[in-house]
Formats: sequence, C-alpha cells, structure tokens
Amino acid sequence: MFGYYLKRIFSAIVTLFIIATLTFFMMRAIPGGPFTREKALPDQIIAQLNAKYNLDDPVIVQYLNYMKGIATFNFGPSFRELGLTVNDLIRQGLPGSMKVGIVAVLMILVFGIPMGIISALKQNKPIDYTVMVLATIGVTVPSFVVATLYIYLISSRVSWIPITGLSNPIAFIGPAIALSGYSLSYVARLTRSSMLEVLRQDYIRTARANGLSETRVIGKHALKNALIPVVTYVGPMIAAILTGSFVVERIFAINGIGRYFVESVSNRDYTVIIGMTVFYAGLYIFMVLLVDIAYSFIDPRIKLGKRTGD
Amino acid sequence: MAKILEVKNLRTTFFTHLGEVQAVRGISFDLEEGDILGIVGESGSGKSVTSLSIMGLVDEPGRIVEGEVLFEGLDLTKLDQKEMSNYRGNEISMIFQDPMTSINPAFTVGNQLREVIMTHTGMNKEQAHQRALELLTMVGIPEPETRIKNHPYQFSGGMRQRALISMAIACNPKLLIADEPTTALDVTIQAQILELMRDLKTKINTSIILITHDLGVISEICNKVIVMYGGMIMEKADIISLFDNPQHPYTRGLMLSVPRNVTGKKARLIPIEGSPPDLMAPPSGCPFSPRCQHAMEICLKKAAPLFKISDTQEASCWLHHPDAPEVKGFVKVAGEK
Repeated sequence: MFGYYLKRIFSAIVTLFIIATLTFFMMRAIPGGPFTREKALPDQIIAQLNAKYNLDDPVIVQYLNYMKGIATFNFGPSFRELGLTVNDLIRQGLPGSMKVGIVAVLMILVFGIPMGIISALKQNKPIDYTVMVLATIGVTVPSFVVATLYIYLISSRVSWIPITGLSNPIAFIGPAIALSGYSLSYVARLTRSSMLEVLRQDYIRTARANGLSETRVIGKHALKNALIPVVTYVGPMIAAILTGSFVVERIFAINGIGRYFVESVSNRDYTVIIGMTVFYAGLYIFMVLLVDIAYSFIDPRIKLGKRTGD
Repeated sequence: MAKILEVKNLRTTFFTHLGEVQAVRGISFDLEEGDILGIVGESGSGKSVTSLSIMGLVDEPGRIVEGEVLFEGLDLTKLDQKEMSNYRGNEISMIFQDPMTSINPAFTVGNQLREVIMTHTGMNKEQAHQRALELLTMVGIPEPETRIKNHPYQFSGGMRQRALISMAIACNPKLLIADEPTTALDVTIQAQILELMRDLKTKINTSIILITHDLGVISEICNKVIVMYGGMIMEKADIISLFDNPQHPYTRGLMLSVPRNVTGKKARLIPIEGSPPDLMAPPSGCPFSPRCQHAMEICLKKAAPLFKISDTQEASCWLHHPDAPEVKGFVKVAGEK
C-alpha cells in the first residue's frame, strides 16, 4: 500500500514536470512577451526590463532556472502585478475561490445526488420530469447568465442579500449557485442514470427477496454501486471548482484566483501562467488520487496497487 | 398433509407500451408441506413470473390482475410491500438463476448474510455472525471463518449460489422457491447444488418449488410436477405418473425432445415443431393447439379444463373428453374435474 502511494507521488511529479515544460515552451512559441504593449515601449526600456527579469538569458537557461524555482515551490515574480510573486497571488486569491468553491461542492453533493436518486426512484413520474428539465437547463445555461439573472432577479431587489463580495454567509449563495449550476445538474443526471442501471440488477431483486426494507435496498445495496461513476466525475470536478471561475469571480467581485488563469495568458505573464498551470495540475492529480482511494472503498474488486482478476 | 401454499386462478399481466403481455393466465395449484414441486416449461411459459408473483416481486409494468396466493391461509396478494417484506427471506425465500449477478458485489458475503439474519430475527451483530458461520458450514462452504470476510468476486459461481442459498435459508423458511438455481452452473456443480437442496429440505424441513426447464433436474429431486405452457398449466402430476404416463401432448413432446440413450444406440431427437405463443395475443383456445399434432376444432376455440386422470394426475387436454377420438396412450375420463 505504501509502495503504491510512493509510485503515485513519483508519477505525479513526472506529470507535473512534463506539464511545466510543455507550458514553458508553448508560451515562448507565441509571439510577443510580457512587456509587449499596443503602444510600443522604447527598445531600451524593454531591454532593461528583460534584464531585470532575466528574460535576456538563453531560453534553456531560463528554463533551468524556472524548474529550479518550481522544485522549491517558488514560482517567481509576476511580470504584471508589480512587487507581487506568483506565490503571493495564489495566497491572496485562493481563500476566496476556495470558500465559494467549498460551498458550491457541498451544494452539488447535497442536492445533486439526492435529486438523481429521487428522479430514478420516480422514473417517468412528474417529479422525475421536473428534476430532469431543471437539470437540462442547469447543464445548458452558462454560469454568467445564471449569475446575471440572480443579481437582476434576486439580490438587486432584496436589500439584505449583498450583490457582490463575500461579506456575510448569504452573499455566498449567488456565486455558489452560479459556480455549481452545471456540475450540480450533471451530477443529478449521472446519479439518476447510474441508479436506474443499478436498480435493474439482479442483486437488487435478491435484496428485496431477502425481505430487506426498501430503505436498505436503495440506501445501502443500490446506492453504493450507483455512486461509482459519480465519484469518477466528482473528483476532478472538485479540483476545477475549488480553483475558481473567471466569470463568476468577475461578476460577483470576488477576490479569487480564477481570473489569473485567463488574465495571465493575455498578459503573457509567463510566471503566473506556469504557476497557475502547475498549481491546478497538482490539485487535479491529487483529486484523481483521492478518487482512486475512494474506489477501493466503494468497489471491493479494486485493490490499490494490486492486480486482481475477477 | 397440510397445505402450505394455495395458488388460485392467478393471473399476472405486464402492461407494456406495445400492449398487455399475459404472462400467467389463471393457474391454480397447491403445495403441501414437505413437497418438492417442480414447475417445468420452456422460456416464456410463465414459470418465473409465477414464482415472482408468489413473492410479490413482479416488477413494473407487471401486476397480479386476478387470483389469490394463500400462504398458510393468508392471501399474500393483499399485503403491501412492507408487510410482504416480513415474509420474504423469513417465511418464504427465493434463490435465483444467475449467482454471478444475484449477489451484491459491493459488500462482503458476511455483511449480506448478517443483514438478512438481523432483519428478521432481531439478533445482534455477534449472534448474527455466529449464525452466519453456521449457515455457511451448512451449505458446504469450506473455511467459513475466512470466507465470511470475502467479497463475492472471490467466490466461484457454485460458491456464490451456496452463499445465496445460505441467505435464503437463514431464517428457516417454510417455503423455498428456486428459480432455475442450477441453469447458470456447470453440470457437476449443478448436481452438488441439487444434492444440497435435497439435504436442506430434510434439515430445515422446508417445502420447495423448483422452477426449471430441465426435466432431468425435475426427475432427480421433485415429487410433484407442473408442466406450464403459454402461461397455463398443461399437466399436473406426481413424478412417477408424469414420467411413466404423460397425459398431455406437450408433456410428451418435451419428453421426446430430451436426449436419451447417450451411450447406447443413436435415437433421433424429436423437436416440437413451431414456436411458443405470442402472449400479447394468446390463442383463445389451448395455447399449445397450433403446435399440437392432435389438435381438434375445439382446441382452437376453448382451452380444455384440467381433466382428472387419476388421484395424482391432471391434464388440460380435450383428448381426455369422452367424445374425443381415440388416441393411443391417452386416457378417457368420464367428467371434467
């Protein structure tokens, strides 16, 4: 088991290394640089800036310095946010994004999964149709529409609901809804179809034939099997949601890291791009590892680090 | 002997988008204490639906539309699912055809077995565990202390069926329904499971309904037989009468289509020509009439009642009517039952 985790950590490092390398060279391949402006700066200033940030070194030297920094979790200074390092940006923005993200993830799990189960149990009944119509809307309507509608219809009319910021718990509702809408609907649909599949299985009939109560048949025998595909989706989804959203953070004026993902690319802010990419990739890999660990609890046939035949 | 189960004029219909599928069309039979009753018939003859109807496990869009299922005099069709679940797994148990898919892969065998015991007996976990070990030993699972912690994927097909049987007999049921319990298993395991069932019948004194399409299995273990076709009972008899002297053309057809003389001289298999009836639009007469070589005009119009051939044999065929033409081997009886 321990050996398995070592192996996973090692492969995570290799993956991150490849991701960082690819990102580094892909950025350089794009014309322009962090100091390119519409109104061109004098060449001398550019040269000085490049010298200050060591951008005049040969690319391979820059690359090696970079990797050295990343290895010590030092992502370097931002080229745009003066006086701030990438680490500072993450430290400042992450709490805001995480707070909203955690609320969103909880909403997805607390509402999405039960909605799917109820829908499956009441298949082709009005409640199932209602949930599925809502879920289809949730999957198709983009988050900025949800956010704008929420502000227009609710928070701008109800005085005690703040329109922007995260000043009190109620303020989390809007951003969390906008952030979770898609995933919540997707989880509900996924749970429903998975549950319907499981309810047709022979072992459910066996559980009923053994006289178990319907609560146990659904809540124990069906649910554990039905959750496998849901867990697969939810793991990486959590990584994506916790790292914030450019759109939602913009609309609700939340100080998060979501915006850096987008802004750093258009700004050619090399260090921020790599920093964000590696940070997100690391979180993603960690969530995938958690999913694999969760599998071994849900599905006994999966033994971490071992090959088992069926 | 006391009747443990009486099925009276049972009709089960599936209301599908395409129409009503009449899977079971008014069947009646009794089961006496200690009987092993075989229900035999080809696919779609209604034998599985009959067993599910007794258990109250007919799935949507199916429904029992008529008839009674009296278990020790109590009509099970009148119970709701919750009341019924006190009987299921407790007084009436069922084992299914495919042990590979009929056991939940996500929980250990011990967990599932203890759950059944605790649901019906009120034992605590420790007592249930001891009982589970006893049961696993009883059904012939070696090293029960180790095996009880295993997950189903660590069991072979035969072992899984044994585990499922142990769940079914956990509360000493008065009636055990086995729906093709050996069909998915290979022949040697099949013999072992049948042996086990016979063994358990004497140990826990249960009555058994065995559903199968295999006359060989019937002859090995049952003392009474019902032959079903097209959702109706064609013949009802004790095992000796049925094999010695089948009184329905369909039963005869079944017997002729079983391979015999495997090692001796070659005998030609005689299949029953044609195919089973469409239960969405079942023939108004005898369901077997389109395939029956003796079919008469009346057979197409009206299904025959069960004619009482002897104290232990009844057959639903007009050939037994006094006015019917003489056919070799078919007994004429004076009146309808």
